[in-house]
Amino acid sequence: MAARSNSATARSRKSEEKPIYDSAERRLPLIEELRELARYRDLLVQLIARNIKTRYKRSALGILWTMLNPLLMMVVLTFVFSAVFRFQTTHYAAYALAGLSLWNFFAQTTTGAMSELIWGGSLMNRIYLPRAIFAFTALGTGLVNLLLSLVPLFAIMIVTGVPIRPAILILPLPIILTAMFALGVALILSRVAAYFADVMEMYQILLMAWMYLTPVIYPKEIIPESYRWLFNLNPMYHLLEIFRAPLYVGWFAGVKTMAAAAVASILTLAFGWWYFSRKADELAYRI
Amino acid sequence: MSLLIESEISAASATSGEDAEVVVRLTDASVEYRAPRERIRSFKEYAIRLLQGRVEHEEFKALREVSLEIREGEVFGIIGHNGAGKSTLLKIVSRVMKPTRGRVWVKGRVAPLLELGAGFHPELSGRENVFLNGTLLGYTHAEMEARFDEIVDFAELWDFVDAPLRTYSTGMAVRLGFAVATATRPDILIIDEVLAVGDEQFQEKCTARMKGFRQSGTTILLVTHNSSVVVRMCDRAAWLDHGQLRAVGDPQTVIDQYHQAYHPAI
Repeated sequence: MAARSNSATARSRKSEEKPIYDSAERRLPLIEELRELARYRDLLVQLIARNIKTRYKRSALGILWTMLNPLLMMVVLTFVFSAVFRFQTTHYAAYALAGLSLWNFFAQTTTGAMSELIWGGSLMNRIYLPRAIFAFTALGTGLVNLLLSLVPLFAIMIVTGVPIRPAILILPLPIILTAMFALGVALILSRVAAYFADVMEMYQILLMAWMYLTPVIYPKEIIPESYRWLFNLNPMYHLLEIFRAPLYVGWFAGVKTMAAAAVASILTLAFGWWYFSRKADELAYRI
Repeated sequence: MSLLIESEISAASATSGEDAEVVVRLTDASVEYRAPRERIRSFKEYAIRLLQGRVEHEEFKALREVSLEIREGEVFGIIGHNGAGKSTLLKIVSRVMKPTRGRVWVKGRVAPLLELGAGFHPELSGRENVFLNGTLLGYTHAEMEARFDEIVDFAELWDFVDAPLRTYSTGMAVRLGFAVATATRPDILIIDEVLAVGDEQFQEKCTARMKGFRQSGTTILLVTHNSSVVVRMCDRAAWLDHGQLRAVGDPQTVIDQYHQAYHPAI
């Protein structure tokens, strides 16, 4: 009898700390998903570390590969554009490499979010996970790779004699805005990709078209003046401008460009978050 | 006299019984979703069918107004045919799904013991996988650090802990998965089909650990096709049929009803 009441008090003491889950509590999915992400932040770190580690574990060059990859790409582009098309762009190498670094960050994050979600689908069917963690993993992985690619970028700038000006201190701003835009797009794509497996392939084609419609590797001046206003409709154009101006021109992009980039990024993220989180609970049985 | 024997048999579940606290409560819980009649996996096909007006949707009812209470320390078995809603029931308890109607109320930490090692990465070492798997199950990095030695001890994998997982045998990976999944005593343990983990000696260790959990008051939810397991292990059982709860109560009685319904001749 004594033992029983002992264990009963022990139980009631413990039960005070026990988490309670009640499906009837209607919390705002927008906020709920954020709260859960914060609780699973250690998993986010683990998943990003996994992506970075596994990418390099089997290659002899290791982490160097991330830095070498855009450099090789740049060599090819420099040859094609200056020798074949004969552009007169000074410091083309730095221009193209800066553009590619930011574009790859966007492309990797949005594509990665879909493949992460599809990978995680079988897990989400069995254990509870915050659904948005996969998009955030892709974003984190993309950010690490972007930061790594800044090393060869600065190396090229020094080698080709592009002056490095204090304006580069503003770089965190375009990176954060691009991250917000990429996350917004990634969340929208993730929800669609959960329903249709071929969205990922279609997105690859779209992504390629989008890249060639954006002055990433070519100077915008090659587009006739009368069509150039069309760039204004492309958020990636504004983001590239504010990222590249401090590097390439050594000064900030115009206020209008910055405002356009900020508005596009904030709206895309807000819409993406709303669109994804309101159906987050359904994703588990869609994948 | 018979009471004494009874209490000896159920000694393992001393905390369960009428006076124990309810830890899982389902109130008219239903799960239904609208899905295309034929599974359309490609957007192109969907777009074409939509234009032709050929997308037919179907209400799929995985669970229909199930009400159920499970008490602390119980071993609760769930039986039924394939597609009867057993897994869906486990999923709404472990928050993988939300009931579309009705309510689920769960008190305590829920740990699923299914598909051990799901989420392991072959290129990462055993050590790295312990942290990855642990955080997938909702532990923090610090919690995993504190339990790391004990996990590797239990899995008996000290010699291989820094080797990539692809070099592990299936048995080794499953041992590691079990050790991580059961690193802390959960309040509610969910088992989808009883697993045979590793060799006989390791299975004994697993059984001992489960018994320990049970004695310390862990509630166990068990889904299985094996009715003898239900009778042997469970305090109570429920029978689900096409998403509906047909019977709840003493395992033997429920199993008999279940067999009666499907094999009336026997």
